[in-house]
Amino acid sequence: MNSGIDLQGTFINSLRDLGLPPGISKLFWMPLPMILMVIGATVGLLVLVWLERKISAAAQQRVGPEYAGPQGSLQAAVDGLKLIFKEDIIPAKADSALFTIGPILVILPVFISYLVVPFGQNLIISDVGLGIFLWIALSSIQPIGLLMSGYASNNKYSLLGGLRAAAQSISYEIPLALAVLAVVMMSNSMSTIDIVQQQSGYGILGWNVWRQPVGFVIFWIAALAECERLPFDLPEAEEELVAGYQTEYSGMKFALFYIASYVNLLLSAIMVAVLYLGGWESPIPLDRLAGWLGQPETNPILQVITASMGILMTLFKTYLLVFLAILMRWTLPRVRIDQLLDLGWKFLLPVALVNLLVTAALKISLPFAFGG
Amino acid sequence: MNLAEGVQLVSFIILTVMMLGAALAVVLTPNIVYSAFLLGAVFSAMAGLYLLLNASFVAAAQILVYVGAINVLILFAIMLVNKREDFAPVKYAWTRKIVTAAVCGGLFLLLGTTIITTPWAIDSTAAAGDEAIYILGEHFFTDFLLPFELVSVLLLMALIGAIVLARRDIIPDGDALGDDLKLPEKPRELVSAVASSESESN
Repeated sequence: MNSGIDLQGTFINSLRDLGLPPGISKLFWMPLPMILMVIGATVGLLVLVWLERKISAAAQQRVGPEYAGPQGSLQAAVDGLKLIFKEDIIPAKADSALFTIGPILVILPVFISYLVVPFGQNLIISDVGLGIFLWIALSSIQPIGLLMSGYASNNKYSLLGGLRAAAQSISYEIPLALAVLAVVMMSNSMSTIDIVQQQSGYGILGWNVWRQPVGFVIFWIAALAECERLPFDLPEAEEELVAGYQTEYSGMKFALFYIASYVNLLLSAIMVAVLYLGGWESPIPLDRLAGWLGQPETNPILQVITASMGILMTLFKTYLLVFLAILMRWTLPRVRIDQLLDLGWKFLLPVALVNLLVTAALKISLPFAFGG
Repeated sequence: MNLAEGVQLVSFIILTVMMLGAALAVVLTPNIVYSAFLLGAVFSAMAGLYLLLNASFVAAAQILVYVGAINVLILFAIMLVNKREDFAPVKYAWTRKIVTAAVCGGLFLLLGTTIITTPWAIDSTAAAGDEAIYILGEHFFTDFLLPFELVSVLLLMALIGAIVLARRDIIPDGDALGDDLKLPEKPRELVSAVASSESESN
């Protein structure tokens, strides 16, 4: 098995050659991928916000941000800078401790979930065996933060928004987990690396989206609902609830909510790409192409090309899905809260269960195609 | 002691302090909302301890089930029924607190001595780690099949019971039950009945 580039091994070995003990050299390595991933997520967030503004503008036949940087591409950074310098207001009758902890609890799980995002065979912070389950477990912490900030604001709109957000997350977590379970069953593993591995080899034809079309749709709907994106942005429906749980927040605390929601959208799009669209795999299998060209797998140039193609492919698929989400935002009207819960419990949940059963049956009857 | 052991020891101390502190605070804070949030902290610290014991699946399940579902439901219940009521101070309330403290302390001592005196058979085989999922699945479908199915039936019964309680049209309305069994709630709005009949006629 070609393991691609092993940056960690090379880095640690080079430090050991300098005379450092192995434990210390590993200690030097550990923060690097984490910092890199946080920076990557933040840059991805800035790009995402810029895209959201530009595509929204295009959908409404406006120009959108134009002056800050070329094509307004620095607009998101400028916004962030503005939010840093804004006054941090805690309402007089709010519960200041919970009011402060709330946004932190919302943003932390999102960033920790990037632990299991793979960009290549070895381009992942930690290939924990739990993989995708860790993401599901961590994303279940978020509603507590939302409830906390909704309650602490001492504002009825905030409380309603927080309650709605929690109800929404709980009800859509179940179809989401069931859709993931069907994929996990096919790949016999919860590790994100193994899930992508199982889809590799046949290019675009091997991707899970062909074997799990229903699961793909369920997952996408549930992921949008988890991110509180339109058409499911009820917790902050501005016509009904002012801004939901964010109503009383300003400055950096508001920015934490804003960052969390966009980074979460990015994460969900990456997860759709990993689970259903073959992760870092290209539509045409690169290693076969290299085989036809007569290149050995150990060719260093080929490895660098494969790794960069992997990152590019993951980002391309992710932003394609993000584009879809933004278009949906300007195409679909918002659903009502009862429609939302009906859709989650009475439609998505039974369909996800049937999908799981059918997948299990197919896995037994057609083991060559469904991961036997 | 190498680096990994040091990290483990420090995390163990932090988690234990966090868990004990939060657990005491759950019981001692007068504000029930704080108690509910601190309960979440206790559950998270417990998940951290599982992680230190190399049981990552159990840790994640702990977060998912206890923090993500049960604690959120408790919070939901508290926030939907949050009746701010000033309780009339009871005379000799402190005696009740002392009695409670004595009972709890006695229980703690009893359990503590039981744990210390029992000769535990400590399993020396290595922790399963990531293989734990397969082992758990095997147990669920072999020797733990009956308990597993019984639990699922129990959960189903609880689910149906909750639905029956929540749907007032199944239970006969107030007067037949007598005042003791009635839930304290706002009088039901008559507007909704009118609105629904209007929408039917439309």
